[in-house]
Amino acid sequence: MIISGRVWKFGDDIDTDVIIPAKYLRSVDKSIWPKHVLEGIDPTFSSKVKSGDIIVAGKNFGCGSSREQAVLAIKWAGISAIVAESFARIFFRNGINNGLLLIECKGISNAVDNGDVIEINLNEGIIKTKRGILKYKPLPQFLQEILNSGGLVEYYKKKIKGSAP
Amino acid sequence: MIFGVYMATAIEKIISSAIGRKVYSGDFVEVPVDFAYFHDGTGPLIIDVLKEMEVNRVFSPEKIAVIFDHAAPPYNDQAATLQAKVRKFIREQNITKFHEIGEGICHQVVPEKGYVAPGMIVCGADSHTCTIGAFGLMALGMGATDMAYILATGKTWIKVPETIRIEFKGFLKKGVSSKDLILEVARILGTDGATYKVLEFTGETVKKMSQSSRMTLANMAVEMGAKTAFIEPDDKTMEFLGREGKIYSTDDGVAEIISIDSQYIDPKVAIPYKVSNVKSVTEVEGEPIDQAFLGSCTNGRYEDLLEAAKILKGRKVRARLIVVPASKTTLVKAMKDGIIDILMDSGAIIGVPGCGPCLGVHMGVLGEDEVCISTSNRNFIGRMGARSSKVYLASPQTTAASSIEGKITDPRRYLD
Repeated sequence: MIISGRVWKFGDDIDTDVIIPAKYLRSVDKSIWPKHVLEGIDPTFSSKVKSGDIIVAGKNFGCGSSREQAVLAIKWAGISAIVAESFARIFFRNGINNGLLLIECKGISNAVDNGDVIEINLNEGIIKTKRGILKYKPLPQFLQEILNSGGLVEYYKKKIKGSAP
Repeated sequence: MIFGVYMATAIEKIISSAIGRKVYSGDFVEVPVDFAYFHDGTGPLIIDVLKEMEVNRVFSPEKIAVIFDHAAPPYNDQAATLQAKVRKFIREQNITKFHEIGEGICHQVVPEKGYVAPGMIVCGADSHTCTIGAFGLMALGMGATDMAYILATGKTWIKVPETIRIEFKGFLKKGVSSKDLILEVARILGTDGATYKVLEFTGETVKKMSQSSRMTLANMAVEMGAKTAFIEPDDKTMEFLGREGKIYSTDDGVAEIISIDSQYIDPKVAIPYKVSNVKSVTEVEGEPIDQAFLGSCTNGRYEDLLEAAKILKGRKVRARLIVVPASKTTLVKAMKDGIIDILMDSGAIIGVPGCGPCLGVHMGVLGEDEVCISTSNRNFIGRMGARSSKVYLASPQTTAASSIEGKITDPRRYLD
């Protein structure tokens, strides 16, 4: 499978407070989350992002709180993948659990500029950028399975509940 | 020793015991969860995910605790509605370990009630779950979907982590606390220096310090990206919990050792907007502040209030000082011992035990360009309020001294 999209580039240590400030979390209406996505960095981001766009970031993306709304805000804003130098641990789990494609790829920050279009070849584990092709290490098998299922909920329904006696 | 010769880290041993075979860092395994907890912030989403999973019953109600601490009491109707949803769930699921508004912060209440013990695998739907790694157990912070999966199955998958040992030698100087030590570690490791790893705190300084001070060390492990923290338990640990547990020690397999001579550590301040932007208080003294916050899962315990009271006794604050005890138990003890009187006489405002203004939703949110010195753990952009506000992280002593002067102040001037 190959996906391509326009890049929104961010730096290191993008924390969950800037991805979605806590003041929006306690909302009965979940549709407000993508409207405030990454507001802490760029208050106009949600009006500019389009479905299929890709986030490229530096190291430690998603550090901070365990709020899963950070993943949901990004996913529901239409982002198809996040490619980062590295991810914070809880955000990484939350992303996979919600079927959001997360790729750890060393060197990605220097290979792309904001607005570039990149192509991710999931079968080959490569990313095509204007400055060349980068290889990344694919996810361990069973994480890949969770992601392919569409997230942990679907994985549970298919694998665990489906196989129960 | 159940596995014959098995030289490993304490965390590797905990996981091995839980699943009945030897594991080493890098292995992916599914582990049983001995205890799980969540709060009013993560609760509503967990309930939604369980519904999506079509799970009607949690795996074991007695192994689950729910604590209302994040927006407690609720600051608006939506927060109140979401809390009502969680209460309904708790009743339906027969979860009896439920702690209402005002009982305190989950990471404080869970050990205070003795729900956990050394050697356990504990998961919390909050990033600061690593705090209770100070009790010699494996504490894992997680998101809502992971927690829902645990509530459904009693299990979770993990990558067995490597361990970084942080060894504190010698004694702390006057006016210096475990908060200053952990800020120094943040300076050394940076915001991702411990990603996916365990920070194990050892050494004479840690052995001598109170269980509460150890919790401060463990609390901030996540700010360096750590999966969790670990401190080998002792009598103080058991006394705090009111119960015994299984003691695991690291005898091999440590990936990295960092040794710090505690006597050379001065009071530290983490300047905006990174927890690792750490400087000595002497380098930032004089920076004007609008607010001081004493509380949170990092530094809202009895000894923190006591240390602040020693500095504030007989003095008045210039910058508003918001004090939020970490638990009702903390507040009641501080009241009985006259500490609350001292704090209030100085001009402090006492809030309902819980997370307080740390996460910027209530009880002391910062306005445009306002500056706060805080004993909490995060100084990100907009963390405690407006995007242009600023948070400086410091110890209870530094925070108390700064509130007196209305500017960042070295607490050692207020100690004989």
